[in-house]
Amino acid sequence: MKFAVVVFPGSNCDVDMYHAIKDELGEEVEYVWHDAESLDEFDAILLPGGFSYGDYLRSGAIARFANVMKAIRKAAEEGKPILGVCNGFQILLEAGLLPGAMRRNHSLTFICRSVALRVENNETMFTSMYEQGEVITIPIAHGEGNYYCDEKTLNQLIQNKQIVFRYEGENPNGSLEKIAGIMNEKGNVLGMMPHPERAVHELLGSTDGLKLFQSIVKYWREAHVVTA
Amino acid sequence: MSLLLEPSPTMIKEEKLYREMGLTDEEFAMIETILGRLPNYTETGIFSVMWSEHCSYKNSKPVLKKFPTEGKHVLQGPGEGAGIIDIGDGLAVAFKIESHNHPSAIEPYQGAATGVGGIIRDVFSMGARPIALLNSLRFGELTSPRVKYLFERVVAGIAGYGNCVGIPTVGGEVQFEPAYEGNPLVNAMCVGLIRHEDIQKGIASGIGNTVMYVGAKTGRDGIHGATFASGELTEQSEEKRPAVQVGDPFMEKLLLEACLEVIKSDALVGMQDMGAAGLTSSSAEMASKAGSGIELNLDLVPQRETGMTPYEMMLSESQERMLLVVKKGREQEICDIFAKYGLEAIAIGRVTDDQMLRLYYRGEIAAEIPVDALAKDAPVYHKPSKEPAYVREFETMEYVPTVDNYEETLLSLLAQPTIASKEWVYEQYDYMVRTNTVVPPGSDAAVVRIRGTNKALAMTTDCNSRYVYLNPETGGKIAVAEAARNIVCSGGKPLAVTDCLNFGNPEKPEIFWQLEKAVDGMSEACRVLETPVISGNVSLYNETNGEAIYPTPIVGMVGLIEDVKHITTQSFKRAGDLIYVIGEASCEFGGSELQKLLTGRIFGKAPTIDLEVEAKRQRQLLTAIRAGVVASAHDIAEGGFAVALAECVIGANGLGVKVILDGPIVSQLFSETQSRFIVSVPKEHQATFEQLVEAKQIGEVTEHPTLVIEHESGERIIHLPVSKLRSVWKGAIPCLLKSKG
Repeated sequence: MKFAVVVFPGSNCDVDMYHAIKDELGEEVEYVWHDAESLDEFDAILLPGGFSYGDYLRSGAIARFANVMKAIRKAAEEGKPILGVCNGFQILLEAGLLPGAMRRNHSLTFICRSVALRVENNETMFTSMYEQGEVITIPIAHGEGNYYCDEKTLNQLIQNKQIVFRYEGENPNGSLEKIAGIMNEKGNVLGMMPHPERAVHELLGSTDGLKLFQSIVKYWREAHVVTA
Repeated sequence: MSLLLEPSPTMIKEEKLYREMGLTDEEFAMIETILGRLPNYTETGIFSVMWSEHCSYKNSKPVLKKFPTEGKHVLQGPGEGAGIIDIGDGLAVAFKIESHNHPSAIEPYQGAATGVGGIIRDVFSMGARPIALLNSLRFGELTSPRVKYLFERVVAGIAGYGNCVGIPTVGGEVQFEPAYEGNPLVNAMCVGLIRHEDIQKGIASGIGNTVMYVGAKTGRDGIHGATFASGELTEQSEEKRPAVQVGDPFMEKLLLEACLEVIKSDALVGMQDMGAAGLTSSSAEMASKAGSGIELNLDLVPQRETGMTPYEMMLSESQERMLLVVKKGREQEICDIFAKYGLEAIAIGRVTDDQMLRLYYRGEIAAEIPVDALAKDAPVYHKPSKEPAYVREFETMEYVPTVDNYEETLLSLLAQPTIASKEWVYEQYDYMVRTNTVVPPGSDAAVVRIRGTNKALAMTTDCNSRYVYLNPETGGKIAVAEAARNIVCSGGKPLAVTDCLNFGNPEKPEIFWQLEKAVDGMSEACRVLETPVISGNVSLYNETNGEAIYPTPIVGMVGLIEDVKHITTQSFKRAGDLIYVIGEASCEFGGSELQKLLTGRIFGKAPTIDLEVEAKRQRQLLTAIRAGVVASAHDIAEGGFAVALAECVIGANGLGVKVILDGPIVSQLFSETQSRFIVSVPKEHQATFEQLVEAKQIGEVTEHPTLVIEHESGERIIHLPVSKLRSVWKGAIPCLLKSKG
């Protein structure tokens, strides 16, 4: 299985994502520069955290015009797994690949800490290795993670089980309904503020993020069992 | 000011206009002699910034010479963007600390942010990949609205810049004292990793080679920043706000990635950050170091504004700019690399053989100065030095505190902002990005692993300026020793030091004496602990309306952890582990947290330190840690034993502690006697530990989350739930910030 880590000029968690896949999962992975035309050769697309184009405007507001976004849309339509973490999530929202928007954290400060997350839906290609309702520890590090959407969208998210992760216990950023991660209706595009790629090694304090990547691999293997 | 309105050379001399730029009459006369004529306005400006303390170290150079700067692992000592030290396997660590005090006093967000930006460029200009940031901050008491504002905005500025560039801010320290009320200190340190073969220098060698400019355009911001940083702060300083630069961390990120790609090309000859005094210092220093000259065509300098004069361009401190020297004919290769990042590298001049800095503007020579006169031959002053009266007086004072309620005193100490948890601060920093941070902020030293090896780096910044104020020499020794203690407690061997000497106005003999003595003490400690000084920065004139700060020589230290297995933190790990204390307390309360709490001020004798004893204890502890027999280690610092013990248990998940002390209780609990540690050891390793380390067993880690301290007489001294300690310790700073005042 081959992963792409999309690199915008201001991405800064690209290296972390790359090493999580390569060193901890042992899967194939490549960096793809933001001007790339095609992602056809990849089986899953990862949008890492960072500050895509400086993000002096709304986070991700410029990134949605990047050349690579056409290829990302295509991959989304094809049903490939697409994971956006932190800035990656913000970009997916700005690009309209996921519903809703981000506001600044209610503290109005950047927050970096490990938080507890509850797996709200384990019947997805990103979470099948977790137990339903499992509480995991994953770090957050963002200034704009206060998720918001209108009521209609929220109802849809709830009905379609598109809310994949919620903050457990204290809500660190004021996010609506403690939402930490959502997916699209089709279930192949996941955006989340917490950083699973920062929780893949005991030295880093948690390995709870590993199962997310393992779930993607498992999904892909099962889908390709016939052709393999 | 347009060129036409610039004062003529004669006017500059007759109306003594150079004084406004910080030059003395004698210095102006020297310039006249060097040039053999009167300098024009641009030249006067260039001399004034290059001869400012900030760029020339003219007042501190004789003192800085005392530092030991050599050692078998030193690959690059002071004088370049950053010092470099070998860590084996073909790898090396580049690091440096720098101040941004004056800008932060006036415009705290941008002042702090650009301080971070500058130190990052210093490190990557050496060719090193920045892997961690640290800082050291000093503010007045957190009760005044102005101090709260400065504190909040400085932290936000550091966060805003470092987080965006994507370098984790892994450690630091913050202290609060009235002495910093009008003059906060913002020192930023950057640590980088480099392969030996990639080490770059800021030199302009090879006659005919091309000088290239890359990064942000030059604007009118930060003009005379270096001169501003070399004067005292006054009520008029607010007018200097335009001398504070504005940072663009996204540009920095682009520059960083592009420059690290460029160093792989052999077309590059040298590279230097345009830091203080911007284009002037980078070009003059690069040429002076190479024994060459530089010619620049200022019409080619990318400009953000129209109508900029040579004076403005040369003195601008616009951020995120680098100067490169590139082999002639290979400019396009460099341009191509920068183009990938959307940056333009522009040829603006060439290297010459006549040791002159020559500037052309609209076809005419705008300035022509020997480069050495600006760099290595800048004036050096041996300032008079005099012991301040207060120091003598303090030496004779005995201070023996009395404490009625030990529990309340411990809780009050934990709530002192200098001791209290700095979580409010470091949670605003992305301390995890790049996923190498093994020990995040909050323990003795931060630890960052080196991917692809079993090694890790421990890093810390330290200085207890109260001790330095009471006795600069002893305080200087303690600053180095404490940094080393923190490294050792984390499982690292201290490697080298970078220092940031924050002092008052050196033209006052008492201040100069403080500087001299502190450096004497630091130098001796560096020699005994075998940690040479490989880089540093001096920030003088830290005074507001004539009042100096406490002398504050910040020590940044990096240590090598040979194997990630040796990484140790301060928190107790397991019930049943034995607790040892290394070193004995005596009645030393001068400059202590307890003294401040009880009397509201600082006086008396600084704690004494025996560096040989210090070195021995550090060696023993490190040996035990490497032998795998130590579960946790923590040094005893501000607040003494009781505070250190509380810190060991606050971070321990659900555990408690019970210890039995002997001797005078107040000293045992709160004295700040140096060279002491609290260590926990699994029972099965008791024998080995006791063989390796001279220490006294005083108790055990328990299953009950309480902190119990008893006296051997049977008296119960302290019995407090850990949750109570934790909430007081964690809540103090947020609580102070929320309180009205």
